[in-house]
Amino acid sequence: MKFVDEFREPELITKTAEEIRRLADPTRHYRFMEVCGGHTHAIYRFGLKDLLPENIELIHGPGCPVCVLPMGRIDDGLSLAMDPNVIFAAFGDMMRVPGANGSPLEYKARGMDVRIVYSPSDALKLARTNPDRHVMFFAIGFETTAPSTALTLMRARSEGIRNFSVFCNHVTIIPAIRAILDSPDMRLDAFIGPGHVSTVIGCRPYEWIVHDEHKPIVVSGFEPLDMLQSIVMLLRQLQSGEAKVENQYKRVVPWEGNRAALRAMAEVFQLRPYFEWRGLGFISQSALRIRDEYAEWDTERRFQVPGVRVTDPKAAQCGEVLKGVLKPHQCKLFGRECTPEHPIGALMVSSEGSCAAYYNYEHRKAATASVLSSTA
Amino acid sequence: MQTIVEESVPARIRFREPQIEMAHGAGGKASRRLVEGLFAPLLFGASSEPLADASFVSIDGTRIAITTDSFVVKPLRFPGGSIGELAINGTVNDLAVSGARAEALVCTFVLEAGLPTEILEAEVRAMANAARKAGVKITGGDTKVVEHGKADHMYISTTGIGRPLHGVRIDPQSVRPGDKVLLSGPIGDHGITILLARRELDIEADLSSDTRSVLPLVEAMTIAAGPGIRWMRDPTRGGAATSLNELARDCGLGIALHEDQVPIHDAVRGACELLGLDPLHIANEGQFLAVVAPAYADAALNALNLTPGGEEACIIGEVADQPAGSVLGITSYGGTRIVDMLVGDPLPRIC
Amino acid sequence: MCLAIPGKIIEISADNPDSALVDVVSVRRRVDLGLLQDDRPQPGDWVLIHVGFAMSKISEEDALDQMQTLAALGEAEAAIQEIQGYGLGEGTGAETTQEQPLVGDKLE
Repeated sequence: MKFVDEFREPELITKTAEEIRRLADPTRHYRFMEVCGGHTHAIYRFGLKDLLPENIELIHGPGCPVCVLPMGRIDDGLSLAMDPNVIFAAFGDMMRVPGANGSPLEYKARGMDVRIVYSPSDALKLARTNPDRHVMFFAIGFETTAPSTALTLMRARSEGIRNFSVFCNHVTIIPAIRAILDSPDMRLDAFIGPGHVSTVIGCRPYEWIVHDEHKPIVVSGFEPLDMLQSIVMLLRQLQSGEAKVENQYKRVVPWEGNRAALRAMAEVFQLRPYFEWRGLGFISQSALRIRDEYAEWDTERRFQVPGVRVTDPKAAQCGEVLKGVLKPHQCKLFGRECTPEHPIGALMVSSEGSCAAYYNYEHRKAATASVLSSTA
Repeated sequence: MQTIVEESVPARIRFREPQIEMAHGAGGKASRRLVEGLFAPLLFGASSEPLADASFVSIDGTRIAITTDSFVVKPLRFPGGSIGELAINGTVNDLAVSGARAEALVCTFVLEAGLPTEILEAEVRAMANAARKAGVKITGGDTKVVEHGKADHMYISTTGIGRPLHGVRIDPQSVRPGDKVLLSGPIGDHGITILLARRELDIEADLSSDTRSVLPLVEAMTIAAGPGIRWMRDPTRGGAATSLNELARDCGLGIALHEDQVPIHDAVRGACELLGLDPLHIANEGQFLAVVAPAYADAALNALNLTPGGEEACIIGEVADQPAGSVLGITSYGGTRIVDMLVGDPLPRIC
Repeated sequence: MCLAIPGKIIEISADNPDSALVDVVSVRRRVDLGLLQDDRPQPGDWVLIHVGFAMSKISEEDALDQMQTLAALGEAEAAIQEIQGYGLGEGTGAETTQEQPLVGDKLE
């Protein structure tokens, strides 16, 4: 098995799609939220919406760590990049995200030392190979990515690498889901649960969703068959009136999560009392900061970070799109002032942002039925 | 007495960006904006011809193709080739996909002071070899040296002239719904090879650049199916997605792309999955796309498959009315998505 | 969040048990095993890789199980329809169409 192609097998996909059609009650309109940006991307990339009946609506959730980062945090990070002694290192996802004075790539064009890394270990490696410079790693991500940052910080400390710090923007998924459910504009039937976050936190943290809100949640993989099977499982739960946490992604997600990863996170991070989420406002206990024992590797304590707060332009409706209240094309700026070439908000530039996904994969997809029938 | 020559028609610049970014050289939307918004209005005058890989000029009744390209690559040497090969093959290919056989090239070198001579010699030898293989003469050139740090070792630029191939005329306006889209071979090899050759990643793969002259393949296809060939392009920076989108825009029709038909080597697939890249956006230096009328498509494909180097050529899609101006990717299970061109270079992602 | 890819462990580094060479569709990459110290993978095991770290072991058994469940979808339905086609009497066929496929409980 190679664990990729098998889950893209056309006959099985067709079969599973048929099962969805069979199960979906034609008198109901289903609203399922996929929390994770990776799922949003998968839905568009694999064209899964074409396989679903009209009465199943997929609502995009806020699980895109780039999208929920307030612009001010990007400006804070970039302000440090202006120091010629600093190397600003971040994942590719961050490179085009606009700050008030430009994106990291634009800063790079102006001569600042901005580097793309593929792993926090790459950033630490940069510090080892550039002993006379300070490497600042702009860390983003949910609980999937935080343990890797934690382990890297532990290594930096044990190796005594002093020219390295992390600007920590790690956020946690449960408060985001709570914020969605608390939102009065939201009406959802069930959740497609984040698959890779769950490899770390396990499936237990979702139990309150079924107990308090009585909404089913299926932790899902990212291949077409995974997502379609998860929808089958959700439909079955709704059909029988039950609500429970199910693990569709069993081959990868352990119910209890990854203890070693959770230990690493606990060693290095603690919860911030509150953190500002773009579009969702301030949410308490929703983000990580670096513990005092690792203060020396905490960018915010090593350097004077301006602490800029930048409000989004009034017309931008990033918040409503993030919460799934609005579809991307319903934002007034979509496709006009805000496009992937000149994005206003991160949702248009992040690879998982629903606006970018919609613009790149869906927008202009008129009359596909005629294309499919003529090319069949 | 001085005369002031005024512009007879003031050219309108549509390019509004205050500075040039890397994206403007990546071959995607930003590049197109720069070319269409700044260069075209000022340099190409009132011509409303769509931009193509080469242009044709008539000298005393004889049609001659002319093209130019510059080569900036890091590292200079990589598995499968080097900047020298790219410089020759790139221009030969631009002419080939415009329906012309390269006859002569001239080249310009911008060299960085401090460049070891043996590196320069290696590249010039590579160019001589590539030119010999491609059957093209190099008849002249120019050299400039800039200060250390002002050029990544060297930049090479080549300009080529070519003789139109008999029996083929490239014109995006001649493309019709139902026409077939052919691809000469696997995509993504060059771009991923370069990425891995930079050694910034802990990734190793058995991959090499696909740089080669595609002229023999184009010629074989022209002989077998010349009257049916509507359009060709070599998908360099920006990848196959960009070239197909350019076609869709230029002819105002849609392209249906059968994603599972597109040949991609395993190692390219693996590297793209790891980095979150789409092979359709990755540069190629030895492949081309062709749009062929349905009656000629099988003959064209057959000719390619029988020519050395064209064994993996295949039909990857067709032209349709919709979605007009866009490319629609279709999976084997009927899922669809728009395949767009990127703004700038493809960036790896972790999310 | 979150791009993660399956890869097969080729070899564990001799001087660093936390570092492994992994094969991803014929591409080889160095991956950090530090997050799997409680259940160390061995060469031949498959792991899920995210930002250069192995996050979890992949269970081939669970994957095969899933494939079988999916393959059985529609088979149960076909079997039901076949039985109905025997025309054994009105009462027999009607109820079964309302039932869930027989493999429903396998998904737990």
